[in-house]
Amino acid sequence: MGTKADVWQGTLALMVLKTIETLGPLHGYGIARRIEQTSGNLLSLNYGTLYPALLKLEQEGSIASEWGVSENNRKAKFYRLTRSGRKQLEREARDWEQTTAILARFLKSAGDPA
Amino acid sequence: MKRLRAWLLRLAGMLPNDRRERELADEIASHLQLHIDDNLQAGMSDEQARRKAILKLGGVESTKEAYRERRSIPLLENLLRDVRFAIRQLRKNLGFTSTAILMLGLGMCASVAIFAFVDAALIKPLPYRDPNRLVGVYETSGSLCPQCPLSYPDYLDWKRLNTVFSSLDVYEHTGFILSTASGAQAARGARVSDGFFRTLGVTPVLGRDFRKGEDLLSAPRTVLLSYAAWRRRYGGKQNVLGQVVTLNGLPNIIIGVLPREFHFAPAEPSDFWTTLHASSECDLRRSCHSLEGVGRLEDGLSPQTALANVTAIARNLEKQYPGSNRDQGANLMPLTEAIIGHIRPILLVLLSGAGLLLLIASVNVASLLLVRSESRKREIAVRSALGAGRARLICQFVTEGLVLVVSGSALGLASAYWAMQLLTRLIPEDMLASMPYLHGLSLNPRVLAFAGGIALLAAILFSVTPTLHFSLPEMREGLAEGSRGSSGSAWRRFGSKLVVLELATAMVLLVGAGLLGKSLYRLLHVDIGFQSDHLATLYVAAPQSSFTKDEQILALERQVVERISSLPGVKSVGISSDLPVHGWGDTTWFRLLGRPWHGEHNDTPERDVSSDYFATLGAKLVRGRYFAEDEDASKPRVAIINQAMARQYFPGEDPIGKNIGDTDLSPKSIREIVGIVEDIKEGPLDTANRSVLYFPFNQSPENNFNVVVRTSQAEQAAFPMVAATIHQINPAIVTTDEKTMSGIINDSPSAYLHRSSAWLVGGFAFLALLLGVIGLYGVVAYSVSQRTREIGVRMALGAQNSSVYRLILGEAGWLTAVGVVIGLACSVAAADLMRGLLFGVRSWDLPTLGAVATVLGLSALLASYIPARRAASLNPVDALRAE
Repeated sequence: MGTKADVWQGTLALMVLKTIETLGPLHGYGIARRIEQTSGNLLSLNYGTLYPALLKLEQEGSIASEWGVSENNRKAKFYRLTRSGRKQLEREARDWEQTTAILARFLKSAGDPA
Repeated sequence: MKRLRAWLLRLAGMLPNDRRERELADEIASHLQLHIDDNLQAGMSDEQARRKAILKLGGVESTKEAYRERRSIPLLENLLRDVRFAIRQLRKNLGFTSTAILMLGLGMCASVAIFAFVDAALIKPLPYRDPNRLVGVYETSGSLCPQCPLSYPDYLDWKRLNTVFSSLDVYEHTGFILSTASGAQAARGARVSDGFFRTLGVTPVLGRDFRKGEDLLSAPRTVLLSYAAWRRRYGGKQNVLGQVVTLNGLPNIIIGVLPREFHFAPAEPSDFWTTLHASSECDLRRSCHSLEGVGRLEDGLSPQTALANVTAIARNLEKQYPGSNRDQGANLMPLTEAIIGHIRPILLVLLSGAGLLLLIASVNVASLLLVRSESRKREIAVRSALGAGRARLICQFVTEGLVLVVSGSALGLASAYWAMQLLTRLIPEDMLASMPYLHGLSLNPRVLAFAGGIALLAAILFSVTPTLHFSLPEMREGLAEGSRGSSGSAWRRFGSKLVVLELATAMVLLVGAGLLGKSLYRLLHVDIGFQSDHLATLYVAAPQSSFTKDEQILALERQVVERISSLPGVKSVGISSDLPVHGWGDTTWFRLLGRPWHGEHNDTPERDVSSDYFATLGAKLVRGRYFAEDEDASKPRVAIINQAMARQYFPGEDPIGKNIGDTDLSPKSIREIVGIVEDIKEGPLDTANRSVLYFPFNQSPENNFNVVVRTSQAEQAAFPMVAATIHQINPAIVTTDEKTMSGIINDSPSAYLHRSSAWLVGGFAFLALLLGVIGLYGVVAYSVSQRTREIGVRMALGAQNSSVYRLILGEAGWLTAVGVVIGLACSVAAADLMRGLLFGVRSWDLPTLGAVATVLGLSALLASYIPARRAASLNPVDALRAE
């Protein structure tokens, strides 16, 4: 896999939620960096696409935002998880794990020449 | 939930908000700053750090744009922008806009209001269970009376013997004398058989229905209240059940209240629904027909099968009781038909009229739009040159059309609501009471759906019309053509032809209105055989309990006549069992003495009248004499016949001195004919005269009768005095139905239906003429404005004023002529469809057609003369310069 994978639709929201859950309240730039780092730099993310996704999550009430100050004293908008966001994360993470587990098992058994 | 919350927020995001916009800019700036800080730390140069950060973001503006799209709803936002632009465009041309909206509103108003009536009367199902399984059940009497009431004995036999109705019941609309604390009052009501409401499938909202057998003489008398009577007379109180109401001197126990939505037009208005309790002479006589039937067909049975069954029963009864049942057949009619059948043709004509008006209005607006889009060619060309796609341009026109339609529809609906109220208020109270289904008139979902359908069609028409000639080459041509001002080809091909359609439609409506108007005129000027002016009439009901003997009634009648005659202004007073122009009912069978007879029923209307009745009416005596005041039971029995009877039964003979009797020629029934009177229109105005028998009231007195008063003053002024005089004689006597004879004639159902349709169609026709002529004016004026240059050239080359007139008027004349010819053909066809509504005038009435063509032609000439004059008075130099 020489090229970096694009972030495909739908998974970005999950990644954002997980990132905020792990690191606590965080600004957009921080979230973007973290996602890239966590993926081991395998994901190529246009940072700009993050903002509509953040807005969507905020409109749906999964996250909330307020202005604050970053570690290096810059003004930034910080996003934190709401209660409904936490639930959403749990649910989606579970769904995702289930899907990948099924798919993994399927691929494994299909590969077995038994 | 989450989705909804997001959508609502996005909807709110459509409102412009500076703070949000600033926050977005701040957030992006802060993002870049954080990234630049990191890049600088990684050892990049200032320039490189900034460049990298922006690159990684994917561009500042595109990020903002993507964010904004998520913030609101882009599709809706575009639409809003289009709507705003459309409104601005329309406001720039207020004349055009208001004309278009008014025309559409007008067409919409007329058709929606009329449709609401159609809906209430024809579409809304009657408030009974399974109304299509209900049939009206009638006896026939030879060919004279296809829908006659049944007699009580016949009803009992039909009910017992039939195998086709799951139930068969009867009703009679009647009047009661209601005893109240403040004296006797007249009240309307009905007598029904016990299962009447079960047959209809109606359950009382309060109390119970009649039980089986409760209509028999042995059962205590019970009564159901109509919902309206319960509210009006008893304040809607629950404790009415068990109360006693005295009708015709007899106590009735209130056992229930009928539902609010219940109505039964053939027996309306009715406050009190009582049971038959058949006991009167008429009830017990097989030849006295007073009850109308309603039956519910057994499941799966066709009306034809049912008819065959009851006809067979009637035939058996005919054999069994030849004296009373000879020629008595059976007839069935869907109940719905019996209730609303007579009003359907008129409503359909009105709906068609309104539809045609709507058509003209829409065509007018469409042609206005076409002209407008022609003159906006340059704007379109510029916009398309600036990069607006075809779809985007069309979208703009569609939006403009929609804005017009929405405003026009709103106006139309609001005014339709108002028009419905107005039209209902214009219906005389008696008429409205006999059409109770009209109380269901409302802007209900069906009517709104109809309006929505019209709006949709209009929207399609109005958005397609201006885009008709949208092809790219033409758009480019539009730019090049620019101010050359040649009239557009789409217009020439199509637009001017629209006006032909308008004129033809206007012609159809005008002819319809003309024919209906002429019918009304003919109807109101039909020879009724008496002087209808200055006649006041009222109905007198003397309680049976205190007027049991004929002598008592005679004494009452003499007193009534005497006392009223002495009132100031009263010229004479007459008494009759039935008033003219009401109906050909109340018939009797007779037989001519000394003529061969084979048992046939000579069925003819019979009226019991006082000695002064004919003189009071102003009827004309042809031969013989009127009745004498002292001709009562002690004198030989006499009769007067009308001319129709003389012609029918005594052709070439002198009827005076001849004798008639009942079918048995019983000695008591023999009467000598003493006079012939000119035909009085006893039945509806639009019916032909029939033979009529008149007997002296004094020889067959009844305790209910009509009083006819000829006054020298205004009729209305006489009523209080007359009523007071009668109440002075005996306070237990009830007087009701105070009407003037002219009022009776004017408001008689046939006159009313003719008048309302003539006025409404006339109104539609007038508007149609106006719209059609405005349309023609528009076409000619537009054509003149497009041809200004050409006319200038012609005049510069020496054309005279007259030839310019000829040029313009010729074009208009040609369009008008085609419109009139097409209109004539369509009118005759349309008039033929409504010939059932016409009275005394044929569908191809030449004077009407000629007059309408003339009116239309003259109006068209006037409409085109104005622009023609403008063209002829052009200064050639100015015209040539015209851009």
